[in-house]
Amino acid sequence: MDITVNILLTIATAATPLLIAAIGELVVERSGVLNLGVEGMMIMGAVGGFGAGYLTGSPWIGLLAAIIVGALFSLLFAVMTLSLATNQVATGLSLTLLGLGLSGMIGTSFVGQPGVRLPNLDIPGLSSIPVVGRLIFGQDPVFYISIALTAGVMWFLFKTRTGLTLRSIGDSHSSAHALGIQVIRYRYLAVTFGGACAGLAGGHLSLVYTPQWVENMSAGRGWIALALVVFASWRPWRVLAGAYIFGAVWIGQLHAQAFGIPVPSQFLSSLPYLATIVVLVLISRNKRLTMMNTPASLGQPFVPDR
Amino acid sequence: MSANHDRANLLEVRSLTKVFGTLTACDHIDLNIAKGEIHALLGENGAGKSTLVKMLFGSLEPNSGEIFWDGKAVKITSPGVAKKLGIGMVFQHFSLFEALTAAENIALSLNDGSPISAIAAKARALSYSYGLPLDPETLVGDLSVGERQRIEIIRCLLQTPQLIILDEPTSVLTPQEADKLFETLERLRAEGKSILYISHRLEEVKRICDRATVLRHGKVVGHCNPRQETAASLARMMVGNEIKAVVRAPAEGIETAPALLEIRGLTRKPATPFAIPLKNINLTVRAGEVIGIAGVAGNGQGELFESVSGEVLQQDPGAVRIRGKDAGGLPITGRRLMGAAFVPEERLGHGAAPRMKLSENLLLSRHATDGKSFVGSGGMVKNASVYSAAQRIIAAMDVRKSAPDPEAAALSGGNLQKFIVGRELDRKPSVLIVNQPTWGVDAGAAAHIRQALIELARSGSAVLVISQDLDELFELSDAIAVMHNGQLSAPLPIAEATFEKIGLLMGGAEPGHAEHTMETA
Repeated sequence: MDITVNILLTIATAATPLLIAAIGELVVERSGVLNLGVEGMMIMGAVGGFGAGYLTGSPWIGLLAAIIVGALFSLLFAVMTLSLATNQVATGLSLTLLGLGLSGMIGTSFVGQPGVRLPNLDIPGLSSIPVVGRLIFGQDPVFYISIALTAGVMWFLFKTRTGLTLRSIGDSHSSAHALGIQVIRYRYLAVTFGGACAGLAGGHLSLVYTPQWVENMSAGRGWIALALVVFASWRPWRVLAGAYIFGAVWIGQLHAQAFGIPVPSQFLSSLPYLATIVVLVLISRNKRLTMMNTPASLGQPFVPDR
Repeated sequence: MSANHDRANLLEVRSLTKVFGTLTACDHIDLNIAKGEIHALLGENGAGKSTLVKMLFGSLEPNSGEIFWDGKAVKITSPGVAKKLGIGMVFQHFSLFEALTAAENIALSLNDGSPISAIAAKARALSYSYGLPLDPETLVGDLSVGERQRIEIIRCLLQTPQLIILDEPTSVLTPQEADKLFETLERLRAEGKSILYISHRLEEVKRICDRATVLRHGKVVGHCNPRQETAASLARMMVGNEIKAVVRAPAEGIETAPALLEIRGLTRKPATPFAIPLKNINLTVRAGEVIGIAGVAGNGQGELFESVSGEVLQQDPGAVRIRGKDAGGLPITGRRLMGAAFVPEERLGHGAAPRMKLSENLLLSRHATDGKSFVGSGGMVKNASVYSAAQRIIAAMDVRKSAPDPEAAALSGGNLQKFIVGRELDRKPSVLIVNQPTWGVDAGAAAHIRQALIELARSGSAVLVISQDLDELFELSDAIAVMHNGQLSAPLPIAEATFEKIGLLMGGAEPGHAEHTMETA
C-alpha cells in the first residue's frame, strides 16, 4: 500500500512542473503569441529560486524569486516580439539558448551547495489518514498551486469577459484591433503570466523536486510543456491529463528499468513521450473542436497599420 | 464652412490627407455629415473611400487635416476612441472572430458587463425586429457571408452610435433583406442618427441617400443630391467617363448545343451541424449559355460550388459531368484538366493566397493546365513566362496596383477580384463556374467582368454564375435558377423571369403558390 502511495506521490511531483509551465504557455498561445522560450524561462526560474532560497535560507522567498525571475525574463521576449515585432520563433529559441547559458553562469557558485526544500503540507490529523491523507493533504505547496492554476485558467478563459477578449485576440488580432481592443497590452500581460508560470515551474525543480542546483536541470521539460499545449489542442484540462500521463509513464518506466525487465532502456525512456502523444492525439480527434480551439493568429506578429 | 462650426453638422472633415509611400490615397478631403442625414460616399475601387473611412474610425492615422465632431476638434487615434465618440462601423471585410459564436462576437464589441446570454437574447430580438434573423449561438465560421453581414449590422446597432458607417452593406443581401435594411436606416434617420453609406449600387444611393460626396483618385470631385441625378450621371462622376452598358447578344441554337456541365441528382450531407444539405440537384449548362443561380446567402450555394468545383468529391462519379465525362470522383485539378475553371466566393484565402504575389497566385491555379508554358524540364518554374502572363491578365482586366507584381493582399478587394476572374478567363475554359463574380467591385469593373463572362459563353463555353446580386443575374443570364434550403428550382428563361418571381422563389415559395404568398408577405 505504501509503495502505491509513494509512486502516486512521485508521479504528482514529476507532473507538477510540466503542468504549470504548460498552463502558462497555454494562456500565451491563446493570445496568439508563440513563445518557444519556455525552457529558458524555466531554467532561469530554477537558478533564481535556488539562489534566493540558498542566500536567504527561506524556500518561500526562493519560490517568489523564481516567479519574478521568470516573469522578468519573459518581458525581454515581450519587448522584442510585441513592441519591436521580431519573429516569434527565432526570438523564443534565442530566449531558451540565452536562459540555458545565463543560468549556468549565474549558478557556477551554487553547484554542489545544499539547497533548501519547500516543506510538504502537514495538517495534523488529516495528513496522517492512511493513503488519502498524504495524497490529498500531504503534498508540496506547489502541487496545490498547479491544480488551482489549472482550474483558475479554465474559469478565466471560458467564463470571464476578459478571457473571451484574450481568446478573440488569438483568433484574429486585426479584428480585435478594429473593435478597439488593446491587442499589445493583452499580449504583454499574457506573455508575462506565461513567464511567471515557467519561472514557478523552474522553482519547483530546484526547491522541491531536487533541492539543489545542477546546470541544465530543466532537462527539456520546457519543450515537453510546449508540446503538451499543442497536443492538448489548447484546452486546460487536456494539458492536465497530458502532464499526468507523462508523469505516470515516466515514473513507471523508471521502476521498470530498476526491475530489470528485458526491454532496451532507450525504448523505455522514450515511452512517456510516445504515450503522451498517442493519448492526446486520440482525445483531439474531433476536427471541429480542434479548429475552434486553435488560435488562428498564433505566431503572427501584429503591427497595426497607421 | 465658416469659421464658426455649424452645429447642425455632426461630423466635419477638413482637408484630410493620407499618404502611403508615393501614393496619396486621400488628398485634402472635405466632408460634412449633418445630423439625421444619410450621406453617400461614392467612388471606384481605389478612389480612397476605405482609407477615408478607416481614418474616421481611428484605424488609420491621417498625415494632416482636421476632424470636428459635434463642432469640437477631435483626434480619433484608435477604434476605441471612435466608439466612445459614438461612431459605429460595419466593415466590408468582416472583422469577426470565426472560432467564436455570433453572441460572443457581439459581446466583444459592447464592453459592458452584461452576461453573454442576455446579449444573445437582445441580439436575437433586435435581429428579428429588423428582419435580419440571427441565431446567436452559431459559430461564425459556419456562416455564409450574408449571415456574417447581419452580425456586423446587429453588432453595430446594439452599440447605439450617433454616426453609423456602412461599407457596402447590401452586397450580400436579397432585395427583400435590403429593403428591410433601408427601412432600418430610415428609422435611424428619423431618430436623428447620421449614416455614412458606401455603395456601388447607384439605384440604392438614389433611393435612400440625402446627399452624396464623390471621390476619384483620392480627391473629392463633387457633392450632389443623388435624388436629382440619374444612375448614369452618378456613374460618370465616379469614373470620369461613360460606362459601357453590358450587351447580351441573343443566344441561338442553345437547345441543340452540347451539354458541357451536367449536374445529376447531386446530394450532399451537411458537413457541419449548421451547414445546409444539398438535395437532389439537377442542372444542365450548354455550350453558349450563361445560367444564373440566385438565392439568399446560406441556402447551399457555397456547398454547391464546393461540390461542382471538386473541393468536395461525390460518391457517384456521374453526379457532376464535364464535357460529357464523369467528373464526380475527380479533385479540383482533375476537373480543371477536363476544361473547367472556378472562381470561388472568398477572394483572400480561397481565391488567392494573400501573402503571395499575383504571378505566384497565377501559377498556383494553373500549374497543371498550363504545365507546358509555366513549368519547364525537371519541374523548374519558368518565372519569366508566369510573370508575363500575369502582366497580360493585369492589363486585360485593368487591375490597379501599387507595384508591378504585388502581393494579393495588397490589392483592394475589387482589383483582386478582377485579377482572379481574369486569371480564369485568360485560359478560355470550356466550363466556368463563378461564385459572386462582382462582390465589392465598382460599376465600371463589374460591367467589364460581366461582359467578359457573356463573351466567354458566346464563344462556345458554358458559364454558371452564382450570385446574390439580382441585377447582375438579370444582366448576365440566359436563364435563372433559384437555390433555397439546399434545393435548386428549374431554370426560368430570362424572358419569363421577373424580380418578383425570383424574389418569391428565394423566399421559398413554390412557383404555383406565388400569388398567394405575395399577399401575405
